[in-house]
Amino acid sequence: MSEESTTTSRSYLTPFNMIAGIIIILGLIVTALRFTKGLATVTNLSDYNPWGIWIGFDLMVGVALAAGGYVTSAAVYLFGMKKYHSAVRPAILTGFLGYALVVLALHYDVGRPWRLPYPFIVQQGTTSLLFEVAACVALYLTVLFLEFSPAALEWLGLKKVRRLAIRFTLILTIFGVILSTLHQSSLGALFLIAPSKLHPLWYSSYLPIYFFISSIIAGLSMVIFEGTLAHRYYAHKMDSAHMEEKDHVALGFGKAASFVLAGYLITKVIGISAGNHWHLLGTGYGIWYLVELLGFVGLPCFLYALGVREKNLVLIRWTAVLTVIGVVLNRLNISLIAFNWHLPSSERYFPHWMEIVISAFIVTIGLVAYRFIVSRMPIFYEHPDYKESH
Amino acid sequence: MEGMLHTLHEFMVYTKGITYILIVLALFGITGFWLFLTGGDEEKK
Repeated sequence: MSEESTTTSRSYLTPFNMIAGIIIILGLIVTALRFTKGLATVTNLSDYNPWGIWIGFDLMVGVALAAGGYVTSAAVYLFGMKKYHSAVRPAILTGFLGYALVVLALHYDVGRPWRLPYPFIVQQGTTSLLFEVAACVALYLTVLFLEFSPAALEWLGLKKVRRLAIRFTLILTIFGVILSTLHQSSLGALFLIAPSKLHPLWYSSYLPIYFFISSIIAGLSMVIFEGTLAHRYYAHKMDSAHMEEKDHVALGFGKAASFVLAGYLITKVIGISAGNHWHLLGTGYGIWYLVELLGFVGLPCFLYALGVREKNLVLIRWTAVLTVIGVVLNRLNISLIAFNWHLPSSERYFPHWMEIVISAFIVTIGLVAYRFIVSRMPIFYEHPDYKESH
Repeated sequence: MEGMLHTLHEFMVYTKGITYILIVLALFGITGFWLFLTGGDEEKK
């Protein structure tokens, strides 16, 4: 530890810090432009394309990839798979940061942040899907904050409050699963209102089911992916239990992801059949759809299974990366690429560079916050004062 | 095939017929896949 503290003062100018610093400075400048000059100055949004990457990437992808929190806590606390316990805190942390950044990104798109509570106190649109998404995301962010709080309270040494927070673990997990089921599917259901805008291969009355199932896949794969990165960069922070369980987590979650991917592939094929869209598979969009379906659903499904059978952890970890890319691609296809597919190219949306800066800014804030928390709080190890309390 | 479907009834009969066949195949397929996926566990035992 003493060696670490002596190197801290001279380690500020690392490549990560420098790149993160530049992105944050640029992000702050664009933020000032966004909230003083409006959307038109910093985005390519239009009446045809009211949702850009701040919704398609930051929100849709962010919510899907933050699903590791509810998937892991449900596996451990609801299904009793205690052997994955070491994966809970990192997954909850990623989920909490993911959702917090989703809400931050939403401010950029919606504007006028002081009106964020309006869905609850002003308008009465309780039949709206957006109301449901807003309510679930607000409640689930609160749930994630409470689920994450024991780690922060242990760090702060607030034992009594921590003891109180830990009592709510089971009920919070149940809330988390219910709220996630609701809003993950509702994000897909948002597109049910636009059958004429979304390409028929991606449009389906099963969209809510697709979004929910793929969120489970994203959650499982993200836990494997971030576990791999954490092991690479924060191995010195991990205790023996964490080191011992990491391979079990990759194998168990890989097996689950493989089976869920198989189910997802089947429901996608049934969706094509129910809409009788077979003939569209031969078109340009059809080939792109097949790339997504076979390359980023079918292939990872098989590779996960192969990795699990042969206990090949390297294959499982690379498959997790492929699967995460697949979920990102799926959300971008639905919200941007296959959306407004019939419009001439001059009317199609391509993000303004300042939109990309804001997205990078938000991801960077997440990475910096993650680094800050895992460097200080007991995320990859059990705090010595509370080892007996699990 | 599209040109042969003139009514909603014909469309539903055709698409549901294909879909039900696919569901039966999928049930067999996912069972086989589960056996493949868990095959490593049995070999280990």
